[in-house]
Amino acid sequence: MANREVYLDHAATTPIDERVLGSMRPFLLENFGNPSSFHMMGKVVRDAIDDAREKVAVALGARPDEILFTSGGSESDNLAVLGVARAHIEHGKHIVSLRTEHQAVAEPLYHLEKKEGFEVTYVDVDREGLVDAQAVIDAIRPDTTLVTILYANNEIGVIQPISEIGNKIQKMREETKTRYPLFHTDACQAVGTLEVDVNKLHVDLMTINSSKIYGPKGVGALYVHRGIKLRSLQFGGAQERGIRPGTENVIGIVGFGTAIEIAAEEREQYNEKVTPLRDYCIEQLLSVIPKTRLNGHPTKRLANNVNISFMDVEGEALLLYLDASGIYASTGSACTSASLDPSHVILALGLPYEVAHGSLRFSLGRSTTKEDIDYLVATLPALVERLRKISPVSVDEKYFR
Amino acid sequence: MNDHVLPPIKGSGGDVASQDKKQSWFYSDIVKEHFFNPKNFLDRDIKEGEFNAMGKVGSPACGDELKVWLNVGEDEKILDFKWKTFGCGSAIASTSIASVMVIENGGMTLSEARKIKPQDIMKRLGGLPQRKFHCSVLCDKALRDAINDYYRRTDQIDKIQVEAARIIDPVSKVTDRDIEEAVLEGAITLEAVQKKTKAGVGNPGVLPAIEELIRFYKDKYFG
Repeated sequence: MANREVYLDHAATTPIDERVLGSMRPFLLENFGNPSSFHMMGKVVRDAIDDAREKVAVALGARPDEILFTSGGSESDNLAVLGVARAHIEHGKHIVSLRTEHQAVAEPLYHLEKKEGFEVTYVDVDREGLVDAQAVIDAIRPDTTLVTILYANNEIGVIQPISEIGNKIQKMREETKTRYPLFHTDACQAVGTLEVDVNKLHVDLMTINSSKIYGPKGVGALYVHRGIKLRSLQFGGAQERGIRPGTENVIGIVGFGTAIEIAAEEREQYNEKVTPLRDYCIEQLLSVIPKTRLNGHPTKRLANNVNISFMDVEGEALLLYLDASGIYASTGSACTSASLDPSHVILALGLPYEVAHGSLRFSLGRSTTKEDIDYLVATLPALVERLRKISPVSVDEKYFR
Repeated sequence: MNDHVLPPIKGSGGDVASQDKKQSWFYSDIVKEHFFNPKNFLDRDIKEGEFNAMGKVGSPACGDELKVWLNVGEDEKILDFKWKTFGCGSAIASTSIASVMVIENGGMTLSEARKIKPQDIMKRLGGLPQRKFHCSVLCDKALRDAINDYYRRTDQIDKIQVEAARIIDPVSKVTDRDIEEAVLEGAITLEAVQKKTKAGVGNPGVLPAIEELIRFYKDKYFG
């Protein structure tokens, strides 16, 4: 059989759009200047960065001076969590978050708890991964400086009620007449598919990145509402208002600007194309393969996310069998595949280890076709069957009915 | 007997680049062969009297569970060896090749089989990624469990050998020796030891004992 290749790992990263590449090209060879230089070679590049910053700001409904370019989602998350926590210690050392956050938020929080004397309250999510907005508000204390919640979960695709939480926080601040708590969301998976206007979401800080929206890797941004104090993580220059010093990743930033402009323009058309494919994929896999469970929420779900537990089999083994058939998927988060632990997100849903171990994520993209899904649906059942034959485990049916 | 041999999988891929790029592929060709075409696994119901020993190690909570069945004949030779596992690629491959090692050339005796070490299995596989070694090569433990079971069933209680090392976590069957080795390899935190051995993963009751041992060996070797 001719080996068909089907890439279903767009939540890990996307290829670069041709139009994005085109916008980056002049900055590879001709326009190589340093944007901080006081000459024409520098100015051309400075203008390009300003232009990209403007595009990112427009996509988020923000002002250009509220956009800080970083090396990607992880750095933006670190800067938001550590930067806010450390800069507002005089008000308090309490943070509210979820157990299902991306590691780039979870690990800095863990560090703050263990090494810097902070307290973090983790609000529970329900079986589908959803948090109740009021439960978040109830966890806020007078000494809470930051609430940080992942907009759309990278593993199970569940979409949290960010705008509702933001709205409630704003009302709370009006009543208490303080600026606290500040509200951060990681929106890396949300750009190009969900509402990311910071005014509509009522967020003070927002993490976004380029490599999940058909832009280059190694570049992202943090939206920081005007006037919010942040403690820098590095020192040594005036770039990005001194908060994120170091010569700018010019090529990356230019590409990011183009990518986010396209993602915003084509949002509706993307959702219209991908959502039905997602539903088709879920419906097919759950009906064709017995003993399966959809992880996450059926409708409050990223347009491109399919996450299914295949009972009695181990995810990595299944992933390798799929790989041999030319289908590229992921077990939970690619960032964690160096560790052997099961997904912390699926465990946080109150599901046992064996269910978490058997979960796979298929994430669709602009180029995914119905034929791709059909190939997956035609290939996967036999592979699951094969591993089930070898398996001594039988997961209790209460977890997949 | 061919009932346990699966037809080869279509396609020729199966290579996955390792995260840290220190090695270009996760698994050797032998590992891949045994992963994609595992040998000697049990894919049917057991017939009455077909096997006279059974061993088990791990639990799904650890990420790996392995069951083995033996048919021990005269002279304590292992005539048949079947297995089932819930585990990753290297768990499947290491069990498959161990089953081949045990029954080839007329079968090992129980005392020969008892001497199989994870290192022997890994050598036959042509190596495994470092991080996969401790947690996924479980077959030697399950085999020894089955050998004891055989002696138990045949009333040869004196031949049962309790593991020389002390089992710290009865679920993952991780011993104090396993923890010692993990510490020697540089795992000096609970998290690091768990990454290597899965001790206490899914069995939090034994965590204090594990932490105590880590402290003990850390002091012993690194002061």
